[in-house]
Amino acid sequence: MKRFIGFFRELTHYRSAVLGILIIVGLIVLALYAVITLPYKEAVRLWRGGEEIWGDYPRNALPQWVTIFTGNSLPKSIILDSRQGGSAYKESKEVAGEMRTADIIMPFEYTSTGFPSEINLFLVGKSIAKKPQATMFWKTPDGREIPLGDTTVGTNERFAISIDQRLTRRLGGLSPQVGLFADPATVAPEAKPVPLQGRYQLVIEGLTFEEGSTLEARLVVYGKVYGLAGTDHRRRDITVALLWGTPIALAFGFLAAVGSTLTTFTIAAIGSWFGGWLDALIQRITEINAVLPTLPILILVGTFYTRNIWAILGVVIALGIFSLGVKNYRAMFLQVREMPYIEAAHAYGASNLRIIFQYMMPKIAPVLIPSFVTLIPTFVFLEASLAVLGLGDPVLPTWGKVLNDAYTNGALYNGQYYWVLEPAFLLMLAGLGFAVVGFALDRIFNPRLREV
Amino acid sequence: MATETLAKRQWALPKIGIRVPDTLARIVKYVLYRGVALFVTAVIGVYLTVLIANMGGYLDTIRKAQIREQVGAMVLGDPTLQTLPASELRQRIDEIAAIEIQRLRLDQPFFLRSINYLTDALTLNLGRAEYLASNSGSRQVRLILLERIPATLVLSATANIALFFTAIFAALFLSRRYGSLLDRIVIAMAPSSSVPAWFYGIFLLLIFAAVFHVLPWGGMVDTPVPESTPAYAASLLKHMVLPVAAMILHSIFIGIYNWRTFFLIYSSEDYVEMAKAKGLTSRTIERRYILRPTLPPIVTSFAFTLIYLWQGAIILETVFSWPGVGRLLYQAISIFDVPVIVGNVVLIAYLLVTSVFLLDIVYALLDPRVKVGGERRA
Repeated sequence: MKRFIGFFRELTHYRSAVLGILIIVGLIVLALYAVITLPYKEAVRLWRGGEEIWGDYPRNALPQWVTIFTGNSLPKSIILDSRQGGSAYKESKEVAGEMRTADIIMPFEYTSTGFPSEINLFLVGKSIAKKPQATMFWKTPDGREIPLGDTTVGTNERFAISIDQRLTRRLGGLSPQVGLFADPATVAPEAKPVPLQGRYQLVIEGLTFEEGSTLEARLVVYGKVYGLAGTDHRRRDITVALLWGTPIALAFGFLAAVGSTLTTFTIAAIGSWFGGWLDALIQRITEINAVLPTLPILILVGTFYTRNIWAILGVVIALGIFSLGVKNYRAMFLQVREMPYIEAAHAYGASNLRIIFQYMMPKIAPVLIPSFVTLIPTFVFLEASLAVLGLGDPVLPTWGKVLNDAYTNGALYNGQYYWVLEPAFLLMLAGLGFAVVGFALDRIFNPRLREV
Repeated sequence: MATETLAKRQWALPKIGIRVPDTLARIVKYVLYRGVALFVTAVIGVYLTVLIANMGGYLDTIRKAQIREQVGAMVLGDPTLQTLPASELRQRIDEIAAIEIQRLRLDQPFFLRSINYLTDALTLNLGRAEYLASNSGSRQVRLILLERIPATLVLSATANIALFFTAIFAALFLSRRYGSLLDRIVIAMAPSSSVPAWFYGIFLLLIFAAVFHVLPWGGMVDTPVPESTPAYAASLLKHMVLPVAAMILHSIFIGIYNWRTFFLIYSSEDYVEMAKAKGLTSRTIERRYILRPTLPPIVTSFAFTLIYLWQGAIILETVFSWPGVGRLLYQAISIFDVPVIVGNVVLIAYLLVTSVFLLDIVYALLDPRVKVGGERRA
């Protein structure tokens, strides 16, 4: 324990190492937070659930905190639902017989200086034989009334206002999410339309024809910002992937590093203790392994068998067993083997395994620590590399998969920098954090490096 | 890590009056030994690839399907058989295909078949692609690959050579100014190499292509391809800037850091002190007493950089749409073109082994222990 504290104090002499430790601790806290607040099943559901989970999120939205810098030009989403009350309200009057009006008025305040990204209206009708009908109007703050059309309402009708071609034509070629909000004074050829702020209303004049038949509506005016990290091309909240990517990246990097370092270490110890043909065999396998194309082999495994991240982890460890570290550790073990205490252990009849595992390995175990810490980022990036090649885990949301989505959808080309920068930033943080600490550890454990 | 163990070894100083035939024999012997060892390595690597690829029976299925297709085309295209009814034609195709499968020994046990695949792969008899084709329109995997090699070679050779020399000279420079501000900056920057080259590539693309629009998004030359050679070269250079910069950013600091440490260890050797005492200029000391004995480990580490770069190129080329071997592998994965994937892995294994072998020859020429047959103890 005392040794540990002393060692830790020595580590804090390196300012960069302190920064690295802070980063690592931060990432671990983030990983714990992700696992605790968002259980595994929930995370997978949020990432792969389908339209009903992310249908209300804007597509390719920037993170919400961007508005701090851009001011009021990026609107948030506005959602109005006649079933949930709020500012939306219903009116119903008897007309004749079983026919009743079912009007829905959805007023909302629009304050942004930018246009929304999309407008969708979801209509839900309940009927047995005769479906309800609805006629929609758009009322602007300056009192204009723009008809949006009429429709018969089935059980679940989606009325995508922003891709309505006829409405676009009626609005003089402006796409509806612009035309419906534009200040008429600014609408002119070759002028940049500006939205009119104030109270808008979507009025649905509905008619039901049967006893018990109802009409409900939900209006989604999609904004341009969402959540902590924005959304991707499928409207998914990127925060989920960034959060859950942390424990996955850390676990993958850590397990791969521990697995390959420990096996390498054990193999080197066994080889150098027994010597002879076993040692020679281990040496030759190491040399062959050094020239094996690791990444292509992983790609083959990913393409032909499984993309499951834990299976890939197994292959990574297997390929790392006979890494070049064997040669390094062997050189150290050869020195340890000649030490008097080993000779003494041999003399009183300690078994081979006892000598290897209890006397030789603990002696140089500390040198494992730096190499093990510096290996972690390598594996974190390996996972990201595979994901970028499209060989990421099919179920789990990871940083690499977000990067891959961004890459395949041309995020950089379309100027959606946040989509690339967020996972990249986290990857970089993880990589640098561990690398910096590993470098400091290396200097502490290899005094030869400290001198120069 | 490799450099470290090497640094621990004692380097025998060259003896005076080397007998030339003896030296040559030793070098040849060493190169032969390494050649055989590396060939065995290549065979094992390729065999492993074959095993992995065929475990699910993919290669067999593909070969059989190809045979059926060929036989089918042959039978249906034969004018003398046109009059036969369809069922008889099909029976005929089945019969000939069965004979062909037998002839190619596809009905043999897996071990024997795997040996067949191994010899095919080793002789670069890589079969035909399922979907991809070379620019000249050929479906031969070998031709598709051969067409891509120059692109990869241009990129990695440029980056590696630039890296190698910059790192060595910067390290020599820093080892003279050990402890200076610049030296400390380089040490502080060394961990940045934990981030792979393709990752820097994304940032470079963001800055220079997306924001400033000064350099191209990717690819190797402009479209339409410039006709005159100088224009072609200029266009190629313009496209090479970002990928090469990404590769250099990735390994320059760790390279300088390693060499600097290495040179510092060597410059504290007794014979360097001795040379200083003799009053030799620092240039001569550097060249003759520091650089000369460190060359073999430099070459070794260069071999390992090459290994990583061949593999790292896969994603770098993908990010920059560079039409090399790596991007081909990415394309083949995304459309599941199995023969191309296997052929590509085999090629990468070959490239690795060849580059290591070439460097081994250089090593043999540089290492005095090989040259004079000095002591061979670990």
